[in-house]
Order: sequence, then structure tokens, then C-alpha cells
Amino acid sequence: MLDQIKFYQTGSNTIGNRLLNPSMRAIQASADRPNGLISGHRACQGCGEALGARYAIDAAMRATGGKIVVANATGCLEVFSTPYPESAWQLPWIHSLFGNSAAVGSGIAAAMKVRAEKNGDAVAPRVIAQGGDGGTTDIGFGPLSGMFERNDDVLYLCYDNEAYMNTGVQRSSATPPSARTATTQLVGEHPGADWGKGKDVPMIAMAHGIPYVATATVADLRDLEEKVTKAMSFHGARYIQILTPCPLGWGCASGVTVTVARMAMETGFFPVYEAEYGKITSVRKIRQKQPVINYLKLQRRYAHLTGKKADPNVLARLQALCDTNIKNFGLLGDDEPQLTPAAIQAYERSNKV
Amino acid sequence: MLNQIEGSLGVAKAVALCRPGVVCAYPISPQTHIVENVGKFVKEGTLKQCDFINVESEFSAMSVSIGSSAGGVRTYTATASQGLLFMAEGVYNASGLGLPIVMTVASRAIGSPINIWNDHTDSLSQRDSGWLQLFCESNQDAVDTHIMAFKIAEEVGLPVMVCMDGFVLTHAFERLDIPSQEEVDKFLPEYQPREFLDPKEPISMGAMVDPDAFTEVRFLQERKMVKALSVIERVTKEYRELTGHHSGGLLDCYNCDNATDLKLIIMGSTVGTAKDEIDRLKKEGINVGIISLKSFRPFPYEALKQAIGNTKQVICVERAFSFGARGIICPEVKRAMEGTNCEIHTALCGLGGRAIYGSTINGIVKQALAGKFTEEFTWFDINSNVLNSYLKDTEGVTFPQGPITDSQLQNSCK
Amino acid sequence: MMKKPFATTLDPATSLANHTGSWRTLRPINVFKLPPCNKQCPAGENIQQWLYYAAEGDYEHAWRILTEENPFPACMGRVCYHTCEGKCNRGFLDESVGINSVERFLGDYALEHNLAFKRPVRETGKKVLIVGAGPAGLSAAYHLRRFGHTVHIVEMGKEAGGMMRYGIPVYRLPRNVLDAEIKRLTDMGITLECGRKVEDIEAEKKNGKYDAVVLGVGAGISTNVDIPQGDTNHILHALSVLGDIETSGDVQIARRVAVYGGGNTAVDVARSLRRLGAEPIIVYRRNRDKMPANEEEMDAAIQEGIQVKWLSTIAGAQKDTLKIEKMALDETGYPQPTGEFEELPADAVVLAIGQNVDKSALEKLKDLKMQKDAVEVDPQDMQTSIPGIFAAGDMATSDRTVTHAIGMGKTAARGVNAYLKGAKYEKPAKHEDALFEDMHPWYYTDAPKTVRPELELARRTNTFDEVQHGLTEENAIFEARRCLSCGNCMECDNCYGVCPDSAVIKLGPGKGYEFNYDYCKGCGVCAQECPCGHIKMVPEKI
Repeated sequence: MLDQIKFYQTGSNTIGNRLLNPSMRAIQASADRPNGLISGHRACQGCGEALGARYAIDAAMRATGGKIVVANATGCLEVFSTPYPESAWQLPWIHSLFGNSAAVGSGIAAAMKVRAEKNGDAVAPRVIAQGGDGGTTDIGFGPLSGMFERNDDVLYLCYDNEAYMNTGVQRSSATPPSARTATTQLVGEHPGADWGKGKDVPMIAMAHGIPYVATATVADLRDLEEKVTKAMSFHGARYIQILTPCPLGWGCASGVTVTVARMAMETGFFPVYEAEYGKITSVRKIRQKQPVINYLKLQRRYAHLTGKKADPNVLARLQALCDTNIKNFGLLGDDEPQLTPAAIQAYERSNKV
Repeated sequence: MLNQIEGSLGVAKAVALCRPGVVCAYPISPQTHIVENVGKFVKEGTLKQCDFINVESEFSAMSVSIGSSAGGVRTYTATASQGLLFMAEGVYNASGLGLPIVMTVASRAIGSPINIWNDHTDSLSQRDSGWLQLFCESNQDAVDTHIMAFKIAEEVGLPVMVCMDGFVLTHAFERLDIPSQEEVDKFLPEYQPREFLDPKEPISMGAMVDPDAFTEVRFLQERKMVKALSVIERVTKEYRELTGHHSGGLLDCYNCDNATDLKLIIMGSTVGTAKDEIDRLKKEGINVGIISLKSFRPFPYEALKQAIGNTKQVICVERAFSFGARGIICPEVKRAMEGTNCEIHTALCGLGGRAIYGSTINGIVKQALAGKFTEEFTWFDINSNVLNSYLKDTEGVTFPQGPITDSQLQNSCK
Repeated sequence: MMKKPFATTLDPATSLANHTGSWRTLRPINVFKLPPCNKQCPAGENIQQWLYYAAEGDYEHAWRILTEENPFPACMGRVCYHTCEGKCNRGFLDESVGINSVERFLGDYALEHNLAFKRPVRETGKKVLIVGAGPAGLSAAYHLRRFGHTVHIVEMGKEAGGMMRYGIPVYRLPRNVLDAEIKRLTDMGITLECGRKVEDIEAEKKNGKYDAVVLGVGAGISTNVDIPQGDTNHILHALSVLGDIETSGDVQIARRVAVYGGGNTAVDVARSLRRLGAEPIIVYRRNRDKMPANEEEMDAAIQEGIQVKWLSTIAGAQKDTLKIEKMALDETGYPQPTGEFEELPADAVVLAIGQNVDKSALEKLKDLKMQKDAVEVDPQDMQTSIPGIFAAGDMATSDRTVTHAIGMGKTAARGVNAYLKGAKYEKPAKHEDALFEDMHPWYYTDAPKTVRPELELARRTNTFDEVQHGLTEENAIFEARRCLSCGNCMECDNCYGVCPDSAVIKLGPGKGYEFNYDYCKGCGVCAQECPCGHIKMVPEKI
């Protein structure tokens, strides 16, 4: 009877919820969660990447009984987790280079397969390659595409904080238009990052026809865990891009990491969806739709858009970006997603406000 | 077993005999035939329990190799020239991680200008990358050195480049004695990684090391390199005893015993050409020794000093040089011979596939014995006609026929 | 074991040596805030907490928590005007939690399962006299008994219950429910003596060797008003009408009855008369907005066909008509006569314009200080001006509801308990308010309030069957699960989950969480993401 009553105060919006059957709680709710990334790491206060990495890795560890090997690109995550003499990882992990984690992952996957074959093990450990948006969408893009194309048995996790944070917040191809970075400063006639640049790697991943592609954020743990778990049920190349806000780089308070990620979802700024074999199979619906300004005003990287001198045209353009996502992916209510959403940059390039 | 086969096929067979778990490469001439053959062995099933991976770049080839080696399997790759440069970041990384990857470098010039033919610029550009560099003078040497390379790499805990001259060796058909699988298995036991990525014993590889410990890490890495000298010697001895092949080693001396006037130091296939010429010269009564430098890294200073002994003059026949400086091997030899009266020069020749004939060696020997190597560095096989056809019109400069010394070059710029 | 190289390869979890807690400038702490429902409850119920257990399906635990403050959940779940719901933070989201209906469910559950109160572990040997077995007296008796004192109640009426029996109609509070909840008190060892009025309180105290007395005599006398009338028109008092219905089950008045007044008693009378076949009409001098009667009760009355004459006073009564003067509200909202009159056909008038305290016994207490219509008490402990004599309920305040009476009874009991130890009871300081602004409403899922099933309208006009039915278990849990747990942990694991540094320790079911200050960097994500505002960031002492 208790289980049949589906209303649980916070439902599954919170991490645990004592009223839920334990099997329905998030992995992060369990007292004996794997903590693949443990305390004592040197991430900044409120680091979204540290959070996202633990969420995702723990889910993968649960899905595989702890048989996970990780290849990590150079970047904040690598630097804060493994400065000699301390590692915060509790699983086999390797850092090689900035741009090669997908390929290192491929190599490990091959090695794991061969070792299992040699040892007569039925199940080989599974492999995760991971990096930030710079290591994924820019410098590591070639190896990533190669890994996809070969359909190597690697789950690639991109922790997307929309700029090169480790080197001091420079623009990457995942930086949204109008955002401040150290290389797209808030000066001149068009402050912030240029419009009509950047690339949509989840869509590009889908175009490879790989078994599984998803986007997720640190603001929806259940969704993220389900996606990682589902990803581990496939063999072959898989890609999940996780929005992991960076309080330092985005200029927001360290406490709002999860909130700002939620705003990115609820505004439609960051569409959350999943795709199998190149086709979108589900989208995470917006729960409480928000205007884009509510997302922007949490972040000083958009300070030029939230003050009195804000350019209404730019704001309108950003709102249009969200609206386009909402429409293309069917993020609201019972909307059906359009069959083939285009990369958001295509919209930006074709529409000059 | 004796086979009349292409060098690349011989090397492929040797690699297969070593039972690698992962072979990953990207096509670049003149290395292609090697991995094509390994790929075929895997596909046809003669090389079992091995994953052959076609990747999208040399950078990924090296990265996959890093991953598979760290994953605990014997790993092989091959490249050349531009490819080696494209993977350079990974090359340094692999040695820093202490991964015993074996990589063939089918030595080739580096562009621009693009040139597919042999010289030693590619591997020597990675001189300081922390890899062992073993040079092969023949295809038999290449076959044997590859087999030894796995053992050396795994014992030392560093990756090894086996450098064989592109086309000259890789594409040459020769009679090769390929060891049997039983022999190789006896020589090279199944790979036991020192450390690898294993959920049963999780480790974090590739940590960030700050100034507090970075120097010490480098010191320890260098210690491995120094240890490698004796490992190479020991493994070579073992291999030679097993197969009876005279391959490998830190260096190899030919006709050195009575050649106190002149010795040539040569790396790679030129050694074979030089040996023939030396034999001819011997008939003329000219006694010249050849030191085939097998191990460029680690550089065998002691062994080389012994080999040179009290020789009056040493000419390094070099197929690469350092822009703005001079030869690359010569300064090393000078270090080895510091405090002696040995005269040491570089004869630069054979760049970008320019053939080094017997006559070239003959010329070097004759000039050397005539005391004409007055300077450290000489462009030996340069064609002044070609140079002058350009410089005369543009700068009014002409060079005389024959080798050009470093000072001639410098004076022409004044 | 692997042969690991120096520095470049590290052992797992070695970062635990790095105590990042030293980075912290702000420190998260758990704060227990006062939910608005608890704050509002006149009986001081820990509503949030008993909803917590009800939501888990642990009804007995919930009932035990509830009855720590209030021994009458089944009655409360029927007659309490549940002002708590008006303050419920959930109201900002969709609708307030149906606290009252869950309380009733728990009360009925306890009756159904014969849950009893535990007798005190230790008897103190102190004797306390309670005068009056209304809600205040019974509540005081209950709490005093829990302290281990010997409690004797003397009640003037035939049966215990006070206004719960003689003021509230059966269709709102079936008497078997009331009887069962009173019996649970006497089962604790409280002795009850009915049908005797204590005329001399001092003497009673002295003769019975009581160490203290709690007065809870209520306000049982209807306020009178002078209406010029002819001989034949009946003018009756609300309490006597309700009392007659209680004792004889019927009352013969007339068909057309005007009920004069706008309070809950007026509504109770009108709805009772409607059930006896009469056609009551409520005459009230102000409008609906100004009406003190409970809104839900008034809605039910109108549904049942009861007419209301707003902005009207009765200026005179003849045989079968009333002379009504129309009123108008002035700018202060007070009704002023307009001088306009009209006639209203009515055979009788029931006055329901207020109740007074029976002061006959009180006046004998020489040192007892009185206010206009109440005994003066110290609100901290309900002690009167005479040491050892306490008062609670309608006689001690102007907030005359059952719930207030129960709350005052509890305070009086605590006052007596302290007094018996030679101390003075002071109410403990309250936690800071749990404000909606401090919460994170995004997390709560949407769920409208469950509507309690009601008796069909046709049956309401001719029987005294209970109008409002209880919730099914299913609905009660659903309702309990709508609670936002304002300002108090509900073990949602959010803090534990969202900490980027894994610096929150989960202590296990019912035990909550602990911050691991060795690693907590003070980022504040836990505080920001706590749905119920249970975590606060405070400056670190440096």
C-alpha cells in the first residue's frame, strides 16, 4: 500500500527521499555509494565538475560492479584529483594528455578485452574516458570522433563547463554566445563570445550513429544516473555531455552550482535528451519554465545582460535560443520533439537579430 | 627459418612472434607494410588474442598504445617522419608513464619540403623524449632487434623505438632467418606488467607532480635509461646465444682491431654499404674500422670509448643534423672521447633519401686519411651545381665543387 | 602488488590526507526551524513531526507524537478549526496540507486499534484537583497524569466533555468518539466525578488535600440581549438549545427560527435545527467577510439550505414576525444602524451572540483577580493571582475554541508541575520561523489537497449523522506526504548527494546527517539545495 501511493513530497526530485523504496533512490543516496571520487580533492568550492564526475562514475561503478577503468584528459578534474602525493580516485585511473583521452580509452578497452580473453574471464572491465569541454569538443575532438567511428567500447563523459577553466577561463567551442571568458571579454561593441560560433558535439556524436548519446546536468541526478546506467547497458561507443557549472568561471556563488544548472534546463538553454543509434528517444521535460534572464542573472559572465545597460536585442536573441531548443526538442508539456533538431549554432547563424 | 622476404614482412613476423595484445597504427610511408602484415595476421587468425586497431591519426595511435599498455597488454605500433612528430606529445607521455611500448620508426625525412625518403631526422628529433632508440643495420638486425626490444622495454620499464631505414630496409627483399615461435616464447615470456589499470588493485597513473618531486621523478627516469645499457647488453647476449644471430647490442665493431688511423661511426643501413666498401679498401691496404652505433639512446659512452680506443680520427657519418648547430652524433662522440686526442668530425650525407654509395664512403675515408676534415662539420655529399644555380642569381654566391665545410657556409653569409 | 613508480602513480583515496576543511570561511549547520503550522497550533502540536511519521505509514508513532501535546486527536480531527492549514507554506505552492484530516485519521486509527496512553512510570504522590471536565480540564488532567501526579476531576454536568459534548452538535462530533477519547484518560488513572458543582474551591482543595487546583469551568452561560417582544414569540439561548438536543435528542421550538449571531455557535445551532426539520435563518449584523464563524462550517450551512440575513439586527419580535433593522458598515467595519426596517417571518429567536463564565464559585475566592469576562492568569503558566490555583479554557481567555482550551490546559499542567516542584514554569524559547523564502520549492512535486468525502446533502438535513467523513488510509498518507517539512529534515539525502566534496555523512534512517568538517569547504551547495531550509551557512570563526 505504501509503495502504491506515488506522492512522496519531493518525489524523485531530491537525491534520496526516505519515503521511496530504496531501490528507487538515487545511487548517491546510499550510505555505501562507491565514491569513485572521494573527499580531499582540491576542486574549488562548489565545483560542478567534481560533483558531476562523482555522480557519473559512481553510477557506472554500480552498473558494472565496480569494474570500471577511467582515462582522464588534462584539465581541472585531473589536476584537482591527482596532485602528487594524493589521489582522490578509488578506481583504476590514468591521465595521459589533454587531447587523447578518447583514444587512451580505446586502448584500455582493447587491453581489457584481450586480458579477459587471455585470463579466461567472462566479463572484461568497462572503460570510461572523460574530459572537460575543451578536451572534448576542441583538442580531443579528432580522437573522440575516431573512437565513435570505430564504435570502441568506451563511454565518453564530457564535463561541460563551457570554457577552459583550468587555464583561466578561455573560450572553447562549447562557450555560449555572449558569455564572458578571458578571451571573449565584456568590451567593445559586441561584448562576450561571438554569435554563430561553436559546435554541438552531442549532435555530432549522434551523427556517428553510435549506440547511445545523452545530455544531462548536475541538477537532475536521477536523470544522470539513469543515463549512465543505460549507457553501461550498451556496448560500443557512447557519449554523455554533462553540464557542470563552474562557479569561478561563470561568476556565480559557490552555493548555486546545482541551481544554476537547473536554470539552464528549465529555461531550455541546455536541452537534456537522449538518443540511441542516432535518433532522439526521449527528452527531459522542463518542470517549471523560466525566462532566460533568470538563468543569466545568476552569473557574472552575463553581467552585461543583467544590468541597466543590457542590450535588449541580445537578450531577445538568447531567449530565442532557448525557445528554439524548446521547440526543436519538444521540451515543454506533451510536445513531440521535432524529428531532426539542428545544432543550435545553425539557428544562430541563420538568424541575425 | 630462412625466408626471402621484404623487410617489413620480416618485422611483422617478428612482432607477431612476440604475441602483442594490441597493435595500433596509422598509415604513413614507409612504415605501412609492417602494420598491414600484422593486421593480416590478426585477421587471418595466425596472431591470436590481439586487437588490431586502425586509428584516425598517429596521435591516436600513440594514445591507444598508451591506453593498452597501461591496460596491461604488450603493445606495438609503428610510424615514421611526420607521423612521429604528430604523436610527439604522446611519445613523451609514454616514457614518462614508463610504458614498455615498442614502436618501429621507419626512418624518413621530415618536411617541409615533404620527402618520403630515408634519413634520421625523425627519430633524432625525439632524442630527448625518454625513449630508447635502437638502430638496425639490416633487415635481419631489424627482425632480431624487435624481438629483443620487447624484452628490453619490459625489463627497463621504458618504451623503445626500433629505427630501421625507410625503404632501404623496409622495402628491401632479403634472406631472413625468422626465429621459431618456440624460441621466441622461450626468450620472451608472457608479458607481466609492472603496474596496470586493474579494478582489483586500483591505482592512479599519470599524477601531476609539482616542483617538490619533479626533478626526482626525472632522475629516476634517467636511472632507468642508464640501467638500460646493461640490460641491452645482457638481452643481446641471451638472444645471440639462443639464435646464433649476430644482432643487437649497444654497438657493433667491424674491422676495428687494426684500424687505429680511422674509424667511421654509422647508424642504420649505411653500415652495410660501408662494410662492403671497407672490404674493398682493405684490399687497397687501407684499414678503416666501422662502429655501427646501435643504441642511440641510451648513448653508450663507455662502450663507444672502448671501441674507439686510441684511434686517431673518427668520422661520424650522419644522416641528420641540428639547425643552427651541427651534427647530432658527433657531440656525443666528443663527450665520450673527452680528454683524448681523438679527432672527431661529422660527414653529413644521405639526407632525404640521397643514396650513400660505396663511393661516398670511399670519398669520406680518402678525405679523412688525407686530413681534409679540418672542421667538425662538413656537408659531404652536397651538389654545388644545384646550390649555385640558385644562389648565384639571388645572392651572387657560388660554392666550389665537393664537400662544403661549416666555415664555408658561414663565410658565404657574410 | 604492483611495482609502482615514484610520484607519477598514486594509491587510491590518498587524498583523504588532505583536509580541505581548512579552506572554509562559511560553515553549514543544521537549524531546526519552527514550521508555521506548529507555530499556529493553539494546542502546540508538533504537526510537522507527526506528519513525518504518518507519511511513513507509522501511524502509531505519529499518534504518540501528536498526543504528547494533545490527547484528543479524533475529536480535534473533527472540531478543530485548523488555523494551522491557513499558515501552511504549501499554500504558496498549491494548497495547504490537510493537516486536520490526517489528525482525524490518526485519531480514528488509534481508536480502531485500541491504542492506550501509557501510565506514568513513577507516581509523585502529589494530588491535583481539576474543576470542570471540558477540553481545558481534561487536557490539564492528562498532562498532569503524565507527570505522575494523582488527578481528580469534578464536573458539574452529567457527563464529561464540556463544550465538546454540550456545545458541539453530534453531526460534527459523534459522541462515541468523544467518549472513547475521554475513557482513554480515565484508563490512565484519572478519576472523574460528574454531576457535582464545586461551590467552594478553597474548601474543596483543603478537604481533599490537593496540592494544586486547575480551574476549567468554561463559559457556559449564553449572553443575553434585550429584544422587545410580544408574549408569544420564543426567545431561547443557543447553549440551552444545543444542550437539550444533546440530552434529549430533540427540541421543539418552531418551524421558522431566526438564529441571532455570527459565530460558530450560531452556525451549530442553525445546522442542528435544520436537521430537526426547522427552517433556520441566521441574522447577523455584519457581512460574510466580517463573520467570525469558521468559513468551512458556514459553507456547509449554506449548502444545507440555511438562509442568512446579512447586515441586520433584530429590533423587535412579534408573534410570528421579527422587526429587522438594516445595518451598514462604517469605514472601520463596524455596523451602524440605518433606520431602515423590514419584517422577517419567524416563530422563534435563538440567541447566539456570546457566552459568559459562571462566576458564582469564583467570586468566593477573595484574592482572585478577574478581568471583564475572564480570570486573570499569567500566560506563561496559567496561574491565577492565587498561588496553586490555575485556570484554563474559556474562563481564562477570549480565544474560545476547543483547541485553545486544550493548549491552555497543557500549559496549566506544566505550570502546576513546576509549581509542585517549587519552581515557575516558563515556556521554552521557540525556534526561528521556517519561512517559505528559506525553502527550495522547486523540489516539491505538485499535488493538490485531498478532498474529504462528505455526507450527501439530502441526508444532512434530516439526520445528525456525521457530515464530514474521514480520509481513507490512502488519502491520509497522500496528505501527510504533501507536508513540506518546513525547516526540519525529512531525510531527502539532498545534502548528502549534492556535496561536491562528499563531506556530508549519512547517519542512517531517522538519524539524519552530519557535516564532515575535515573536508567541508563551505561551498554552500547543501544549504542552497536543502528543500526545507534546514541548513544554514554561518561564518567560520577564524
